[in-house]
This record gives sequence, structure tokens and C-alpha cells, in this order.
Amino acid sequence: MSTWEPVIGLEIHVQLKTRTKMFCRCRVGFGAEENSQTCPVCLGFPGALPVPNRTAIEWVVKLGLALGCEIAARAVFARKNYFYPDLSKGYQISQYDLPSCVNGTMIVSLAEGQHEIGIVRAHLEEDAAKNVHVGGRTGRIGGAEYTLVDYNRGGTPLVEIVTAPDLHSAEEAKRFLQLLRQTIVELGISDAEMEKGTLRVDANVSVRPAGSEVLRTRSEIKNMNSFTHIARGIDAEVARQIEVWESGGEVEQHTYDFDVGSGALTARRTKEEADDYRYFPEPDLAPVEPSAELVDRLRFELPELPAARIARVMKTLDHDRALVLVTGGLDRLWEATVAAGADGVAASNVIANQLVASGARPGAVDPTELAKLVDARERIPRATFAEALGKIGDHGFSAEPYLALESVSDTSELEPIVDAVIAANSAQVEQYRGGKEGLLGFFVGQVMKETKGQADPRVVNELVRARLAP
Amino acid sequence: MSGVVDTLRLTAEEALALVERGDVSPAELHAAYLDAIGERDAELHAYLRTVEYDGATSIPIALKDVISTKGLETTAGSRILEGYVPVFDATVTSRCRQAGLSVLGKTNTDEFAMGSSTENSAYGPSRNPWDPARVPGGSGGGTAAAVSAGLAPWGLGSDTGGSVKQPSALCGNVGLRPTYGTVSRYGIVAFASSLDQVGPVAKTVRDVALLYRIVSGRDPADSTTVELSEPVELPTSERLDGLRVGVPRQAVALEAIEPGVRAAFHSSLALLGELGAELDECDLPLSFDYGMPCYYLIAPAEASSNLARYDGVRYGRRSDGATYRETVERTRDDGFGDEPKRRIMLGTYALSAGYYDAYYGQAQKVRTLLVREHAAAFERFDVLATPTSPTVAFPLGDKAADPLAMYACDLLTIPSCLAGLPGLSVPCGFSEGLPVGLQLVGPQFGENALFRAGHAVERALELDLVPERLR
Repeated sequence: MSTWEPVIGLEIHVQLKTRTKMFCRCRVGFGAEENSQTCPVCLGFPGALPVPNRTAIEWVVKLGLALGCEIAARAVFARKNYFYPDLSKGYQISQYDLPSCVNGTMIVSLAEGQHEIGIVRAHLEEDAAKNVHVGGRTGRIGGAEYTLVDYNRGGTPLVEIVTAPDLHSAEEAKRFLQLLRQTIVELGISDAEMEKGTLRVDANVSVRPAGSEVLRTRSEIKNMNSFTHIARGIDAEVARQIEVWESGGEVEQHTYDFDVGSGALTARRTKEEADDYRYFPEPDLAPVEPSAELVDRLRFELPELPAARIARVMKTLDHDRALVLVTGGLDRLWEATVAAGADGVAASNVIANQLVASGARPGAVDPTELAKLVDARERIPRATFAEALGKIGDHGFSAEPYLALESVSDTSELEPIVDAVIAANSAQVEQYRGGKEGLLGFFVGQVMKETKGQADPRVVNELVRARLAP
Repeated sequence: MSGVVDTLRLTAEEALALVERGDVSPAELHAAYLDAIGERDAELHAYLRTVEYDGATSIPIALKDVISTKGLETTAGSRILEGYVPVFDATVTSRCRQAGLSVLGKTNTDEFAMGSSTENSAYGPSRNPWDPARVPGGSGGGTAAAVSAGLAPWGLGSDTGGSVKQPSALCGNVGLRPTYGTVSRYGIVAFASSLDQVGPVAKTVRDVALLYRIVSGRDPADSTTVELSEPVELPTSERLDGLRVGVPRQAVALEAIEPGVRAAFHSSLALLGELGAELDECDLPLSFDYGMPCYYLIAPAEASSNLARYDGVRYGRRSDGATYRETVERTRDDGFGDEPKRRIMLGTYALSAGYYDAYYGQAQKVRTLLVREHAAAFERFDVLATPTSPTVAFPLGDKAADPLAMYACDLLTIPSCLAGLPGLSVPCGFSEGLPVGLQLVGPQFGENALFRAGHAVERALELDLVPERLR
């Protein structure tokens, strides 16, 4: 039996959080009364004309730069023509053959090394309105009694990002998406929340015998609303395709919906005719020609990106820890803390768990003081450590007073207490010496109790073990 | 005479002077035109609807029914927009209102401005004031007939392939199709976006220039507009010394040009020479060989997309069906007339996968060649001269059943439209008692030169442009 290699490409839609829509001045936002955020332009009234949103154009360039894309000196909006009630003009305005950004890459760090994922393109388009099909069983337009349309969402700026089929596992796809989402969030151009629909992902999946360069028929999976669902959907489809090939069948091109409840894939009904969107350049809009100065300025303003930071953190930590730090906005504090002398793994554990739980604001923390605490965390009492972390964000915080409360590790101080505990529990001593070594914890616990938690548990451990030795 | 003024002869400039001097109030003027409409429009059907005086401070204006007017039904001559009342003014409408102009009413048009006779209007044809058995031209036949018959001092039309210039020629008016991008299209019911341009129609070149001054200039709501490179000048000179006039050989050679039109055209060329202009032949072979087919790919392609919004979901007419699809199909089947349907089909085909490169894509390339060909001609000339229309006004019904014959009305106006260039039609004589128009085409933003040339011709000819039967 041959081994199969999954081949995955993603199409990602990101709703930009500009103040106004892509081609008119209506507000963008959730929760407003139906059709209250509309105007002649986004309702497609006769004679209304689109005017591009400058911020949206800057943001797609910014994203393109972050994804290492070439920025087109001339991008062109086209019309994608089709009839549907959520499309007020009978066409969607979208960049088509001349998108704003092409040929980018994003580096995903995997256990086996860094993997470069090609970004085919990133382009701007407008979102459709929201249909609610009332009546009927399917929730689709076919069979519905009537359809209500809320045009508030219509005309919201979207960026569509298309990857090359460079991803080879569900895990890799998930990591790519986590990284892409973090990049988008840090650029400040979208909240990119799948639950809210501001980030939408479709996956194109095929499989091929490992080592083959030929792409086989792919299927498309839609409607996955979390990264976990995406990974599950991809895994399910990969398994299905392998089974089809191995049982001598042939995979057909289909679109599947992922069912969150069952985790199953349901094929959409195939259309009788192929879609023909009759794209042509949108004559109401001039080409998008960002100046070299603008592109340079945006490039200059780019922060260091999550992919680079994850790669750097991964020189010390594993991927999961690195991802938690970077996506939590904690990696800069971690780096400074390590630079101040703290152990990488320990600092990561303290920052990602206890510090976050303590509610301290990472930006307010002095990494030198934090490094001292991380370093001393096993020498000072747990309660003291927690107390220190609770106050580490305070102005002028110093670790010194807490370090002074080091655990008792002086054996001469502890030996009498250990001896007393052993003397008071002769039955347990017998059992321990008879082979029940699990009782060691009991003795250590008793000593800790006697010292009100002030003893260094490692030292107590050693002392108890030595004293109980036959 | 109707009321206080003789609307048949009153130019907009004269009307403005009357109002300014306080000789006539804006309300009286508006009423005088409504009286004239009441008297003569039953026969001409230039207007689809009129409005009462609304307190404006200056003279009235007629607007073609493709121009959105807030609170006033705007149908574009189509059943599918019956009852549609815009919630906003087109930019040109608001610029007219800001200038104090009072909207007299909405004038008839071929459905969605598709046609050359107004016979394609869903609300019945308009008629030519010179001979009501004949068409006023189109698509802006309503505005042209209104201005010619004294039913408006001036008006606005829209020109895609000749819809301002051709009816102006057929009704004996001056009409300007401005440089693409100098007048906002915001609020103009779209036919073919890369070609549509709003333009003024009036009795004199100076009136046309005045109205162009009011409506032109960049509009933030139309991102294809620009600021004028120089201010609009009202022409005064009666001489044309040094003006270089090119006469495209291929245009003059067209067999479709009627002898009477040809004769009037040639005498106007002679006149241009007498006024001091230097005339020479020039060549625009691609423009006149390929302009027409190129136009009939690009315009219908854009129209097929522009007309997709008329689905009955949000406004206008709806014919209910059992499903969404059926509702859209029935709405469009009932709502559109034959000409929009024909062009939607043509355009859909031209844009379809597998045909795009051969049709729409190819037409765009040809269009680029036409732009270059014209640009080369304007290295040698300031103005190009041809007849505006190959024929004078033709009888109603003559071409209604023959789309290709109707399309041929715009043979001479289409090439410069494709090239985005300004064109002015000026009356230059008569044939069979009907007006003939001289088309003057300029380079981009060359309106002032066109006004100067047109004005000199107008002054030298001193034609009586009030239709004989109305004098």
C-alpha cells in the first residue's frame, strides 16, 4: 500500500474593520437594525456609483507586504456578474485578473523545520448582503417561502487570500491559519474572528501518492467555523479520498459543507451548468495605482511579524509554547525576560500561565524583575510567588522583598522537623520500609505542613528519603 | 407668444438677463414654459412629466429622464422603473439646483437611452417640432424637441454614442457631448458606463457653454471625473483665423450620408474657410471602419451588467413569481422592452467565457487604437469636422423595425465617443426644410475650441432655428 500525501490550498476571506464600506460611506458594523446601514450605492440604486475606500486599499497593500507579496503598481477592479438577492447590483465588484498583491510567502514552523507556503494572491472585493431564507427545510433559497435581505453587510470590504496548494496536513493548515490570523490582527486591519464571520476559510483538498508531483482532482470544503473544524474537515476529506482511490474509484470534483455537529461532510448539489461570471473591468472605477511612496511608507511601518517571531522563539521553545506566546502578545516580554537571565522554558511557563492568570498587563512588567522571580520560583513559597506575580505590573515593582522570603532549605533547620515527623508516624515508617514507597509524599506533606509551606520541597524530599533509608 | 415671453425664441442667456434685471420673475418664467408645454406638448410628447415652480431663483431647465431627481419619478423611458422615485439627486441635478435653475420636468428618452429616435421609449415616441410625422432623434429626443419647440430654454441629455449630438442635429439645436470624465455620472441611470456622458442642449453655443460651466468639474461621488484643465470660456469671436480644421476622408466618403446633408456640410466647410480656418483632409480609417462594431460590443456588454440591478427586489416594477428566479425572470421579461433585451443578450454573449477575448477583449483593443488614431489627428488639427447625422429627421416607423438601420444613425458620432472626446453639434443649414448639424470634434478637454468654432459658424449663418410651422 502506497502512502498518500494530502495537498491542501486555502481560500481565506477577511472582513476589514474599516469605519466605512468598500465603495460608499455607510458604517461597517454588526448589530444595527436591518437595512439601516445602507445608501443608494450599496443598495444598487440606478445611477449610484462606487468610490473606493482609501483605507481599505492601504490595508490590502499592508497585508500584502506582510505576506511578502509583490504589490501591483496597477490593480483593477472587475465586475463578477450573477443574480442573487444578496447582490444589489447584479454584480460583485472584485479584483480579478489584476489583484493588488501577488506571489507572497508565509513561513510556517513545523517540528521538521520551516515550511514556505506560497500566497498566490490577496485581493480586495465587496461583501454580499445577508439573506435569510424563510420557510422550507433546507435554509437555502430553493424551497423557501420567501427571502429577507439585510443589506447592512453588503459592500463591506473583504480581502480574499489564496494560498498555493503547499499545505500537506490538517495540522499544517491549522498552524498556517493561526499565523495568518495573528498577522492580520496585529496589523490592525480586522478582528478576524471566525465565529463572527470576519474570517472565513474554504479548503481545497486532494491527495496523491507520496512523491508524486501531479495534482489530482480536488474537492472544496466550506462552512467550517473554527480552526479545529477546519482541521477535522480536512482530515475527514483526506481519509475519504484515500479510501476512494484505494478502492479503485475516482475522486470527483465536489463542494462539501462541513457539519459541525456530526463532523460529517455533505456534498452540495452539483449545478447543471458551469458558472460564467462574465468578468470584465469595472468601468466605474479607475485602476488602483498606489504610489511607490505609499508602498514604501507602509513597508517601513510594518511591525516585526508573528511568523518571524515564532521562528525565533522556536529556537528555544517548541511550537505550541511559541505560538501561545506570540498569539498572546507575550513573546516580547518573554524575550526580554530571557535576556535578563531567566530560563526559556521556565519563563514561558510562568508568563503564559501564571502571569496571564494574575491579570498583570504584560506591557507593564519589568522583565529584569520578572527574570529574578522566574529564577527564584522554586526557592520561594508558592503563595509568595503568586503574590509577587499579582503585583508585578504595579509601578516601581521590585522582586527583592519577595526573594527575601526564600523557602527554608537549610538542612540544619529542617532536620529536627523531619525527625519529629518520622517519630510520630512509626506505622507509616514500617510500611514504607516494607516497600510502599508511595508514602514518601505523605512524609514530605507532613513536613511542609509543619513549616507552614515555608520549606523547600526538594530539600525536604531528599532529607526524608535519606532518613527513611533502612 | 405664451404669456410674458416668447419661449420659442428666448435663449437661456436672454432669459437669465431678464431674470437678473427683474423684468421677469423665475416663477413667471417657469409658468410661461409650462404654458408652452400645455399648448404644444400634447403633439410632441417631449415631456414624460412636468413640475410646478418650486421657488428656484433662476431660469428653468429640462432634464432627460435618465437623470435622477429627488422626489420626482425617474424612469429612463422604461416600464421596469415605472413608479421609481429617487431618494437622491444626480450630481448634475444638484449643480443645476445650486445654480438656481428650476426643473421644468423630465423629458422623454429611448428606453435606457438605447436608440436614435425615442421610438424605443416605453411611454410612446416624441415627435420632431419641424415635422411631427418625423422623429426628433434619440435617445435624447425629448430634450431636443423641448428646446426646439420653446418648451425649455435649455436642457440636459446623456450621450453614449450620439444621444445628445444626433437629436440636437435633427431638431436644429446646439448639443455638446463633453470630454469623458468632465461631467459627473453620479445619479445618471447607467447604459454603458465607459461611454455615458451628460451634455447640454440649447439654442446657442454660448448657452451650451454656460450650462457646461454649471455642470462640469470633478465630483467626489464619481471617481472617473476630473477637474477641468481650463475654465469654460463663453465664445465671442466671429473669426477663426489660424484654426486648423481636419476633415476625415473616411467620414465624408460614407455612402449613408444623404445628398442634402452632404451639401449643407460642404457649404459649412467653405464657410469655415471664409472665417479664417485652415482646412485639410485627414485619415481616420480604423475609426470609421471599426468604430461601429466596436461600439456595439462594448456598449451592450456594459449595459448587460448595468441593467442586472433591475430585478424587482428593491425598487421599480416587480412581476411576482413562485420563486426568486421566476420573479426576476418575469420582472425583467415584463419590464424591459425589445431594445434593452436585445442589447442585454448581445452583451451577455460578448462577455461569456470563451467569447470574451474574441469580442469584448478585442473591442477594447480596437478602442485603444481609435484613441491613438484620434490623438495622432489632433497633432495636426484643432478640430475635426463631419456631419453629425448622415440623414435629416426621418419619419416615425421608418427604421423602428430594423435595428441595424437605426444603429447606422450614429455612424458619425460613435468614433469620437469611443475615444472619449468632446463633440459639438451646431446647426449648419437645411435639407428638405429640416435642420442639418455640423459635428465638431476636439481633443480631450478641447471644449473651448469647439465653442469658439461653433459660435463663429452660428454667427456667420444666422439661421432661423424656430421650426417653420411654429413661427
